[in-house]
Amino acid sequence: MTLADILASLFPDGHDVTVRDGLVSGSGPFAEGRIAVVGIDGDTPLGVDGALHLSRSVLDAIRAGDRGPILVAVDSDSQRMSRRDELLGLNECLAHLAKALLLADRSGHPTIGLIYGHSAAGAFIATALATRILAALPGANPSVMDLPSVARVTKLPLDKLEEMAKSTPVFAPGLDNMVATGAVHVVLDPGKPLDAQIRDLIAGMEPGDARDRLGAERGGRPVARDVAGAVIDQARRS
Amino acid sequence: MAGDRAASIDPDALSWYEATARQRVVALADPGTVQEFLPPTERRMSPHLPLFDLPRAFDDGIVVGRAALDGAPVLIAAQEGRFMGGAFGEIHGAKLVGLLRAALELKPRAVLILFDTGGVRLQEANAGETAIAETMRAIVEVRAAGIPVIGLIGGRAGCYGGGGLIAGTCSRLAVSEGGRISVSGPEVIETNKGAEEFDSRDRALVWRTMGGKHRRLTGGADAFCADTVSAFRRAALDLIGRAPAFDLETLAAEQARLEDRIARFGDCRDATDLWRRLGVNDPEAVPAMDTDAFDATVARVREADHDAR
Repeated sequence: MTLADILASLFPDGHDVTVRDGLVSGSGPFAEGRIAVVGIDGDTPLGVDGALHLSRSVLDAIRAGDRGPILVAVDSDSQRMSRRDELLGLNECLAHLAKALLLADRSGHPTIGLIYGHSAAGAFIATALATRILAALPGANPSVMDLPSVARVTKLPLDKLEEMAKSTPVFAPGLDNMVATGAVHVVLDPGKPLDAQIRDLIAGMEPGDARDRLGAERGGRPVARDVAGAVIDQARRS
Repeated sequence: MAGDRAASIDPDALSWYEATARQRVVALADPGTVQEFLPPTERRMSPHLPLFDLPRAFDDGIVVGRAALDGAPVLIAAQEGRFMGGAFGEIHGAKLVGLLRAALELKPRAVLILFDTGGVRLQEANAGETAIAETMRAIVEVRAAGIPVIGLIGGRAGCYGGGGLIAGTCSRLAVSEGGRISVSGPEVIETNKGAEEFDSRDRALVWRTMGGKHRRLTGGADAFCADTVSAFRRAALDLIGRAPAFDLETLAAEQARLEDRIARFGDCRDATDLWRRLGVNDPEAVPAMDTDAFDATVARVREADHDAR
């Protein structure tokens, strides 16, 4: 689905969401109130300027005080890779955006990520992965790094990596693998209205971070939950 | 971990950059107080690295535990940059996440994270990336509970990729000259955008753009340390005592601080241009300054100190 399709399905009665330079912001009617929409469209890389634009929208939503839901729609590239971005503190700006989303969540705003295209690396962490629930649409393609780049870094032949990727979700790009690790909570049905599906997600939200439990249940992260739990147990006994 | 080993390590003489993760932890803490969780004797090793015919580590490249710092209980995590570049794998990340979640129960005086990482371990990329997101959420919860989370950065691997995002989530950061904080590493930028965008072999450019002095001058870090364990210990104790709250006021101030930075320095090509505009008299001299001279320079830069993180 394109962003336009998504917005049409979410807001049959219209909305004021706009896209400028690949940055998405606005809102639309939702349940009894409104849902704020922020995000990044068109496989756009996320740099310092974009991150601060989005974080401003999120902080404005918190200031509004209505505790309305915030939807983070993502079809991005990775972080913008440039000398200027790093000089200006890209790590601070991306972390700031993630913190704004995490603060919104703590402040009572349901935060829902919706990945409908690509996303990777720092851009993925600062947006979709900083929400309480991350939903995806079929065809989404989250990744940390594409396989040719993994081949270059690991010095393994691409055909061997492609073969390994079929049986090992832990390193391979793609939506199914991110679902298996628990990073993506749920894949939505594009054939049904999205507004009802998002409403159901909000209604079913659980406290805490469910991702390592999901990763264990789905087999994509076989040991993370147990290891984190073992650290907590030993800390308690220390 | 053997507490008696602490006596053999002199924190004044031990180079942070050269030390291993375990040496840093032992020398940083009060002598004999370190208690490690999931120590190497438990052999929690990566289930994934054998697929790549790669060696494993008994601790998956991270030390987590509790200790005393100036008599106060703290939780400590230390990444080992010598193993897989300190990168976040499944177990490595889960140990850090577990430590932060434990902090919510144990309520230590602070959590210290000794970063030394290239970012996500590509052989376990999805698990590492997800663990970074979990870590950031957990840090926010720990900070919101009033517990400072302090990052110490001065290791060989620097603090790159998702490690840079985690660092930006901490309450306070101390960095040494050798510490580098960045998202995309020099090689990553060069590989993707070409050597004319970033020449990764130009080490002076790397230090100017991502190094500890640049981060300290611009307020990307809150303390600058000489490369000794005792300097990092003093910095940690100081920063624990003045950690900002995690709330809307802090993030609104950070929004203003970062927007101001982009507005004022967004057209700077090089760090030296930026330092000049910050009011540094002789920016060309910054890379060669010793710690005292650099501290004196920092003291004249308004942007270096703030509560907006």
